[in-house]
Amino acid sequence: MDPSAFKAYVKMKEADYAAVGFRSGLEIHQQLLTKKKLFCRCPAGCYSTAYDAEILRHMRPTLSELGEYDGTALMEFKTRKEIIYRINHDTVCTYEMDDTPPFELNAEALDSALAIAQLYGCALIDELHIARKQYLDGSIPTGFQRTTIVGVDGSIPFDNRRLPIVQLGLEEDACREVSDIGHERIYLTDRLGMPLIETVTAPELYTPQQAAQAAQIFRRLVRSTGLVRTGIGAARQDVNVSVTGGTRIEIKGVSRIPAIPLLTYNEAMRQWNLLLLRQELQRRGITPQTFSAEYREVTRLVRRTRYLPLRQAIDHGLIVQCVILRGFRGLLRHQTQTQTVFAKELSDRVRVIACLTTLPNLIHSDTLSETLSSSEWQSIQRSVVADADDTLVLVWGNAIDAESAAKEIVIRAREAAQGVPSETRQALADGTTGFERILPGPDRMYPDTDLPPLRVTADRVQRIRVGLPQPIWEREAWYHQLGIPADTIEPLAVSPWAELFREAVQEWHLSAVRTAVALIHFPKRLRKKGLPIKELDEPLLRRLFSAVRDRQLDADGLLEAMETSLRNKTWPIPPPLESTELEREIADALKQTETLSDNRARLRRCMGLIMHSLRGRVDGAQAAQQLQHLLNR
Amino acid sequence: MSAEKFKGYRGAALHVLRNFDAPIWSDVQITAHGNRFTGIILPRSETSDDLHVVIKLRSGYNVGIAAESISDIQLQGRREAHYHIPEKAFPVDPQKPRVKLLGTGGTIASRLDYRTGAVIPAFSPGELYGSVPELADLCNLETEKLYGVFSENMGPAQWRGTAEAIGREIEKGVQGIVIGHGTDTMHHTSAILSFMVQDSPVPIVMVGSQRSSDRPSSDAALNLIHSVKTAAESDIAEVMVCMFGPTSDVYGLLHRGTRVRKMHSSYRSTFRTIGDIPLAMVSREKITPLRRDYRRRRHDKQVHINTAFEDKVSIVYYYPNMQPDIIDALIDNGYRGIVIAGTGLGHVNKPLYPVLRKAHEHGIAVYMTVQTLWGYVQMYVYETGREIMELGVVPAANMLPEVAYVKLGWALGQSSDLDQVREIMLTPVAGEITEREPANGYLILQGGIPEVEEFISRYRK
Repeated sequence: MDPSAFKAYVKMKEADYAAVGFRSGLEIHQQLLTKKKLFCRCPAGCYSTAYDAEILRHMRPTLSELGEYDGTALMEFKTRKEIIYRINHDTVCTYEMDDTPPFELNAEALDSALAIAQLYGCALIDELHIARKQYLDGSIPTGFQRTTIVGVDGSIPFDNRRLPIVQLGLEEDACREVSDIGHERIYLTDRLGMPLIETVTAPELYTPQQAAQAAQIFRRLVRSTGLVRTGIGAARQDVNVSVTGGTRIEIKGVSRIPAIPLLTYNEAMRQWNLLLLRQELQRRGITPQTFSAEYREVTRLVRRTRYLPLRQAIDHGLIVQCVILRGFRGLLRHQTQTQTVFAKELSDRVRVIACLTTLPNLIHSDTLSETLSSSEWQSIQRSVVADADDTLVLVWGNAIDAESAAKEIVIRAREAAQGVPSETRQALADGTTGFERILPGPDRMYPDTDLPPLRVTADRVQRIRVGLPQPIWEREAWYHQLGIPADTIEPLAVSPWAELFREAVQEWHLSAVRTAVALIHFPKRLRKKGLPIKELDEPLLRRLFSAVRDRQLDADGLLEAMETSLRNKTWPIPPPLESTELEREIADALKQTETLSDNRARLRRCMGLIMHSLRGRVDGAQAAQQLQHLLNR
Repeated sequence: MSAEKFKGYRGAALHVLRNFDAPIWSDVQITAHGNRFTGIILPRSETSDDLHVVIKLRSGYNVGIAAESISDIQLQGRREAHYHIPEKAFPVDPQKPRVKLLGTGGTIASRLDYRTGAVIPAFSPGELYGSVPELADLCNLETEKLYGVFSENMGPAQWRGTAEAIGREIEKGVQGIVIGHGTDTMHHTSAILSFMVQDSPVPIVMVGSQRSSDRPSSDAALNLIHSVKTAAESDIAEVMVCMFGPTSDVYGLLHRGTRVRKMHSSYRSTFRTIGDIPLAMVSREKITPLRRDYRRRRHDKQVHINTAFEDKVSIVYYYPNMQPDIIDALIDNGYRGIVIAGTGLGHVNKPLYPVLRKAHEHGIAVYMTVQTLWGYVQMYVYETGREIMELGVVPAANMLPEVAYVKLGWALGQSSDLDQVREIMLTPVAGEITEREPANGYLILQGGIPEVEEFISRYRK
């Protein structure tokens, strides 16, 4: 292994990522735009932090269908969390509280999922089986997410190749976390039960940039269907990352796509550095078999310390455990991510599993910062019979938490001799990742016995196929051909008006460029003027473009017509021009300009007057021609 | 044999599995619609159609593949599921009380049934210890599976068997008894056991769960802990139901067996004491009595078991426009007792009068209860009530309809003399009739009212 393989973020090139075997895949969660939730009839998309009541629950691991306990489940059980759910009467019913069995799967949501699965070119599942995917962190009060696979084996065009889609799932969304302090975790339940689709790609993204690029394509693709929700939290992706010799690590809930490159870079670096750490341990003769560590209580030894966090803990009656990692000297300072060292891996586990959430939650003898005095370290070293090659780690908490923290440190340190442990990690604001939980396996899946299998009939598939929107890549290619400005192509392709655009251009033969600009840029301009552009809805736009088609409105007058209709809340187009009206206006104009002797000046002045009173109702060229004709007579 | 090999499959689906010789639990690659699906063939629920083959994909998801679309099945191996809860010998501590858990079924411990796709009960002390190790802190637990039935299938034979098993255990000197039971008819069984088992020296605690134990959020473990704690430590020597107090995982309530009823089809806190307050609250830490008028624990092994029961008893839920033929049918079929759940204070319509008189003349014991559940039968207030009593219908005070039903069966099992039956029926044995209804015995808080909303915002109910 090459320690210099990982360069600074800005210096990493495609070849560098290839050298470390970077691979990434996406699991994209996207809420669907439905009126109601997936398994109950609560309204979808109503969010509020206000709540009327709270309930308290605990989670216990259960056996999988094949008779095994899931690792994550056992980990969450170790944490002994009290889970508090905040209940708002308007957004939550007894289903979300897990006091009522599920109602039938929301048909609207299933239709949307089936439509998107077809856009991906997936093989559709003939008979859906609802599964329970266990989540013992409490994010769902049942302890599991109801989920089903709708399609498998699809793909989308990507970077001159095809990016395979492993599966498309339809599932219910989880709670929003409010806080997680000590042994209490609080959730808001409003988002719980919202229908969402999960798109899982193959791990065939080979640079951090490709991962972000693919996420963007999916985001645009699903938005272009008009079937999904937009806004904060409506789309979140889990990003899987691995390097050669590493492990598939899942970075959970990345809501900002621009964060993906740095996160995946840091995660790949972490794995690379953990492999280097293992190499160093092997050099020191430490393998999973020879690994040695123990822990002892040392409260008495440090009760007079001047290191404040520890002193305060002891004053509060907490106890201090010392973990001795044999032969680890210096390795807790081993770099893992940008400005992050191996000690953080231990601290994360202690925070999550032993619920010691106040930081710092541990100190160690490898540290360069001021903690215990060297005489205190020495007295502990003597007392626990450690030597200079060992690293000492101190954790503090109540008797149970301090012991589970010590055990967890031993577990994580042993894993360092094995390589990269399977985990899910959270995305941190600085672009690094932090431990979230052990990566769950297929053992957490269990068939949902509350609902029967659901047959997807050929009729249903056919009905959805007929109404399928055009895939975004086809739309964009066509827009290019039409010569639509580059900055307009993407917004138009994902816009809800893409279908209206197609109709206006293909069937009504309106100018493509003008129509595109009107649909994408005019609303922005009007919003800047403070107009309520929400009222610029499909029926109004359709009526305006129909007026252009029917020559009741000149394309030049569109922006003004939009503005007038939003401002005055009335239909902006006056009745069509009667044949005598133009003649009368021309006559008026000529009369008003009688004094002008210069014909060209008079022509200009007349046109100004005519267009002012007939703007949008008459074609300028036609008026000019008629005026010229009269003037010359 | 073949049925086991292709468990649950019929018709087209069975045909295709046979064709490719792909029995259940085969690890396969199926080609269908030109796509490949890799996974394990699962047994099929018998109530599902015969058109699909179910496989568990590598991701853990199950999918059904249309049999007609399957063009190939490649066998790669076999992986049969062996579902068992990790079984560990229940530790014995001579300092701890002996508690016996009698199983009748229900979801207190359960596993998946592939035939029906539903959950079926699983039960053994080792399994229980494996999944709820906290029990070992409370007692030395022994278990015996009496029945494995859903609670709707509990009836007189099982009631008798359970009462006799309780008698045997008490004579053997256990310090408490827990009965695992499905929740639907738990209050019927708790009522009849209150009559069949009298003067118990130890607590007899019925328990179940509203969410099966195959769910992480199940109430089963906590209910079991609460009930075992009650059996081991409480001094309440009565037949009780021990189930969640609020829907939160906070405490359970101990309800007197004759005053309790399941009041919600799915809520955790479904069991409520009707027309009175519960006996006690129970948490992992402590048991808090809410009243003092209960029978105390004794240290003898004396108990009276009386399992008399007459099967030909019915319960009739009155509704407007009920026709006399309903009662006629009971008379014609040789019923010996009828409990009416009447409207209001205990009423039925006039067209039933002749047939009620006829029932009385046939020597059928007819008792009146109220379908309002709360409150007493009072047949003097209205003329109607007095007329009905003259027909021989006996008001059953504030006995709950289901309780009156099992008690009438028990009374008729002991005597066919209607006066003696009346004596048994109207003499309270286990709190089934109370002399008074306390003012806090009827509390159904109505959501929306500001003070109620304030209450539920403050307490985790």
